[in-house]
Amino acid sequence: MDIGYYPGCALHGSSNDYGSSVQACLAALGARLCELDDWICCGATAAHSLNHMLALALPSRNLAIAEHQGYGEVLAPCPMCSMELLKARDALTSSADMRRKVSEIVELEVQGSTQVFNLIQVLQKIGLEAIQARVVRQLSEFRPACYYGCLLTRPADTVKFDDCEQPSSMETILRSLGAEPVDWNFKTECCGAGMTMADGPTTLELSHKILSNAAAHGANCMVVACPMCHVNLDMKQADIEREYDCRHDLAVYYLSDLVGLALGVDEKTLGIDRHFVVKR
Amino acid sequence: MSGNHHATESDVFSETNVAACYQCGKCSAGCPMAEHMDLLPNQLVRLVQMGRIDRAMRAESLWKCVSCVTCSTRCPKSVDCAGVLDVLRQLAFERGAVPDARRRTLLFQKAFLDNVRRNGRVCELELIGVFKTMAFASDWNVLKLMEDATLAPKLMQRRKFHFVGERVKDRGIVKRIFDRCNSMKLDLPSDSENS
Repeated sequence: MDIGYYPGCALHGSSNDYGSSVQACLAALGARLCELDDWICCGATAAHSLNHMLALALPSRNLAIAEHQGYGEVLAPCPMCSMELLKARDALTSSADMRRKVSEIVELEVQGSTQVFNLIQVLQKIGLEAIQARVVRQLSEFRPACYYGCLLTRPADTVKFDDCEQPSSMETILRSLGAEPVDWNFKTECCGAGMTMADGPTTLELSHKILSNAAAHGANCMVVACPMCHVNLDMKQADIEREYDCRHDLAVYYLSDLVGLALGVDEKTLGIDRHFVVKR
Repeated sequence: MSGNHHATESDVFSETNVAACYQCGKCSAGCPMAEHMDLLPNQLVRLVQMGRIDRAMRAESLWKCVSCVTCSTRCPKSVDCAGVLDVLRQLAFERGAVPDARRRTLLFQKAFLDNVRRNGRVCELELIGVFKTMAFASDWNVLKLMEDATLAPKLMQRRKFHFVGERVKDRGIVKRIFDRCNSMKLDLPSDSENS
């Protein structure tokens, strides 16, 4: 399976472990990721907070690139990116006037016809049976708290994915690979997202609550599908422990890490050795 | 007022369905930042309904908001509460009305966009350098300046630290996109000009 690939800034930056993980996991499933040529930033939180038109234009430029390169489907592993791409797509398909206006701004004709998928959706597309057929080891020792964060399921009428209060798509995949995901309360509570630099204490507070609830429900690790969530829960875990005088000791895996392990891909190739919190 | 083509409130808030709000408070109940806010999401929506845009856009809450979109998701009347806050943020930014206490957050968003305009993608080291410098020049907080200083070697160890950030090949188009969008302000007259 060939699919267009929009990594986004985080996966090319300090979340390049997620990039390695996604590439390795999907390669083991026979999927080929074709990176969009000269893609640009989606605008993230800054664009939608300060300039509505920019928040539509930046992702639309990427949709235009995908269209012109002939990719009907694009994987965006970062939910901020996938959400902004989907929002732009909705705006473009809503009116010819909007398509014309945006096409002028981005200097490429864009229809908004490209389908955008997150990592979980691509795994669903490949199919549980196809994944199970290639499994070499069960994930029995993992009791993950599957953490979805905000933008995989919200805004619901834009991303149209899973259930925005009690999602279960990650649990379904991991259970089929022998893991025992826990039932817990903070699946979609915000970790503080892009406020890590601007308002550190807020992200520490929100992320601390998430880790605490996961542990209280018997989880021995976290699973995420978002690079911002990973930073706030993994890279900042030591800061959280210091701030709240506690020990969390919860390794934070990307979904592609665990699926990759089940498929026999090694930790180094997946980038697991580059996480901050090490599994004991 | 002749010859002026200002946007009206119904234009800039047109996609947010703000008239439908009946103040049930579900948005505020689900907001993870509610206890840190001066004005709650439902109160901001109420102010907008009443045409008190100036008051609403000066709220510190706008910059405490983490953009989690829980408010819009839970609204039983499909009011796009998160969208209302986005419009208020843009207005506050355009009018220089962001409260001093929240300057740091605004500086980060601005630095982020400037970085993208220059490079096409986020160059993390450059962004952190610029942001930390501008924030320090604004608040003279040495502790905040030094925060995360120990992160650099840890990131380097993990091959996550990029000395040279990446830039897109066609940076001209990025600048032109930014410049076109930057010239499209919301252009809403202040409350005193509205009848």
